[in-house]
Amino acid sequence: MSAGVGGVPRYHGSRVPGWDEPADLSKDPAEVPDPASTAVPEELRAEIEAHMAKYPDRRSATLPALEAAQRVHGWCSPEAIEQVACVMRLTPGYLAAVATFYDMLETDPVAPHKIYICTNISCGLCGADELYAAVRDAADESEFNVRSFECLGACDIAPMASVDGVYVGPLGLDDIPQLLDDVRAGRPVLPDKQLARRLVADPHANSREYELHPAQPGSGPRAARPAADAEQERGA
Amino acid sequence: MTEALLFKDIDEPGLSTLDVYKARGGYEQLRRALREMTPEAVLGELEASNLRGRGGAGFQMGKKVSFLPKGTMDKYVVCNADESEPGTFKDRELMQKCPHMLIEGIVIASYAAGASRAFIYIRGEYVLQADILDAALNEAREAGFVGEDILGSGHSLSLVVHRGAGAYICGEETGLLDSLEGKRGNPRLKPPFPANQGLYQGPTLINNVETLCTVPAIIRMGGAEYAELGVQTSTGTKLVSVSGHVQKPGNYEIELGIPSREIIYGLAGGPPEGRSVKCWFPGGSSSPVLTGEDLDIPYDFDSMAKAGTMLGSGAVIVVDDSTPILDVALKVAKFYRHESCGKCTPCREGTNWTMKMLERIDNGEATPMDIEIMASVQEHIIGNCLCVLGDAMAMPIGSMIAKFRDEFEAHIEQARARNGLGAAAASESALAAHGAPLAGVGAQPAGPYPSEAH
Repeated sequence: MSAGVGGVPRYHGSRVPGWDEPADLSKDPAEVPDPASTAVPEELRAEIEAHMAKYPDRRSATLPALEAAQRVHGWCSPEAIEQVACVMRLTPGYLAAVATFYDMLETDPVAPHKIYICTNISCGLCGADELYAAVRDAADESEFNVRSFECLGACDIAPMASVDGVYVGPLGLDDIPQLLDDVRAGRPVLPDKQLARRLVADPHANSREYELHPAQPGSGPRAARPAADAEQERGA
Repeated sequence: MTEALLFKDIDEPGLSTLDVYKARGGYEQLRRALREMTPEAVLGELEASNLRGRGGAGFQMGKKVSFLPKGTMDKYVVCNADESEPGTFKDRELMQKCPHMLIEGIVIASYAAGASRAFIYIRGEYVLQADILDAALNEAREAGFVGEDILGSGHSLSLVVHRGAGAYICGEETGLLDSLEGKRGNPRLKPPFPANQGLYQGPTLINNVETLCTVPAIIRMGGAEYAELGVQTSTGTKLVSVSGHVQKPGNYEIELGIPSREIIYGLAGGPPEGRSVKCWFPGGSSSPVLTGEDLDIPYDFDSMAKAGTMLGSGAVIVVDDSTPILDVALKVAKFYRHESCGKCTPCREGTNWTMKMLERIDNGEATPMDIEIMASVQEHIIGNCLCVLGDAMAMPIGSMIAKFRDEFEAHIEQARARNGLGAAAASESALAAHGAPLAGVGAQPAGPYPSEAH
């Protein structure tokens, strides 16, 4: 990338940073890790194995397994990938290739709390770019992983954010301090603005008046889901 | 519309639980279909209903089911719940509030298709909805609506909720299959189509959440009666997600064929006071835009196709006259650039260059010729890739260039004036200064571009 005319960045070749860094050809590619020398936390192993049992092909469990490892390690670190590779009997290279494809799998260390701000069309029309800039300014990088995200599927509450998986909106700039405080304290995030509480907009849908739905509980890294019902799956 | 089919009392407390769903007649259609009807009869009702897929392509669901080969083999049903088309949020509402309707629809569809395994591929961002689906699925399993020998009919089905991890391309059916197989979500070459060779190389029926949610209603009403709703080639009701510059954004259930004005102004309240509709996407950001003059077009599949656009996923995004068209185009181009999987060159490079050219316009470095080049790039993307992601950018950008060319040109001039390159600076001198980096676009030598070259 060079500066280009008028400060507009100009990319040459591929747009992927680091694409031209040479691979170390003197090294052999990593093989499927040896279970004897790879320590895997027992809970993580159980969860990955339960996921594998749900599918006819164990590789289908790649995404849930990486998600589980990310929950344990905070990101898809080389160690996390090594552990998943060991349980799933796949090469770390295969898993790294998958992890780099998906936006929600982090291949670099990140702060513990994730704030995804939708900056796609509908939210953008409602001021999401200003919101994103303001949240970036207000949030401490060591505490919050603030990212602009493509359409999160909640354009009815634009501009919105997904805070540790909880959808909130419409957000104004004055909601930001409260939002960050709620996350820090582990309280439900902006309970009045949660998507979970909203009723459908269509006035013809409901034949009676209904109360708002309950808010979602506090944020924070989601507790590990109980190992899914592998038993029932296996027989089917 | 007399009565909502999908949204009927959708906010009833506890509807996501089995008890409430059953109390209002839930799983009755499953019982009828599995106990009293043959798979062929169920398929017959689906075909008679003329239900067209609600995910975007609008392909007839009954036909899709009938394409699956007959006989004993591993067949699959996959529910596409990777709802990522910008502007679309209807499936989210269904899964969050009435997950059992989806499960019932999937079991009936699997019975018609003869499939014994089914998957719901839900986008990873929908945490709440996936948790609700998981809970509902457990209830359905315990009640015997999913699993071995369902309701004593001999039909068995295992159902798994599979969470994605954030990739728009996984909403494309073959990209979804690769992702579900644990790979990068790259689309596959078609044919073979998934109906013949899909998940794990087996015959696979892939349908959108809303399509499958409609199945119980079709069994209840009968296909012929369902087909009376809507208009002849677009039957039934449709959920539309209205967003952008409207006063009441949200999901609405409409009967297909009503005037678009009724959706944007009647239901969603239209743009804020004093504003008017500049352009709108009738079916998500992939559909070519329409303008304020097109509000009387009936909202159904064929009328939209006749108007040069598409009904897509039913996501109406309204842009009012306060927003420059370039901003909208840039958002669209940036999105597809980010989400292109990179497999096919026209899409990977076309989305990238389109975004850069739009930025050039905004930065005051472009000349009117750039519009021609940009339009030509769009033409070269369409139809030249494995999937339609590139087309999904090329079509709306192409339509914006065609319908708002004056505004693009004015934007170029204004931005150039801001840069001290007024209209006086001939486009040739600008090209001499800036032409070289652009030479890669059309493989043209630097210098004036003949406008008829493409």
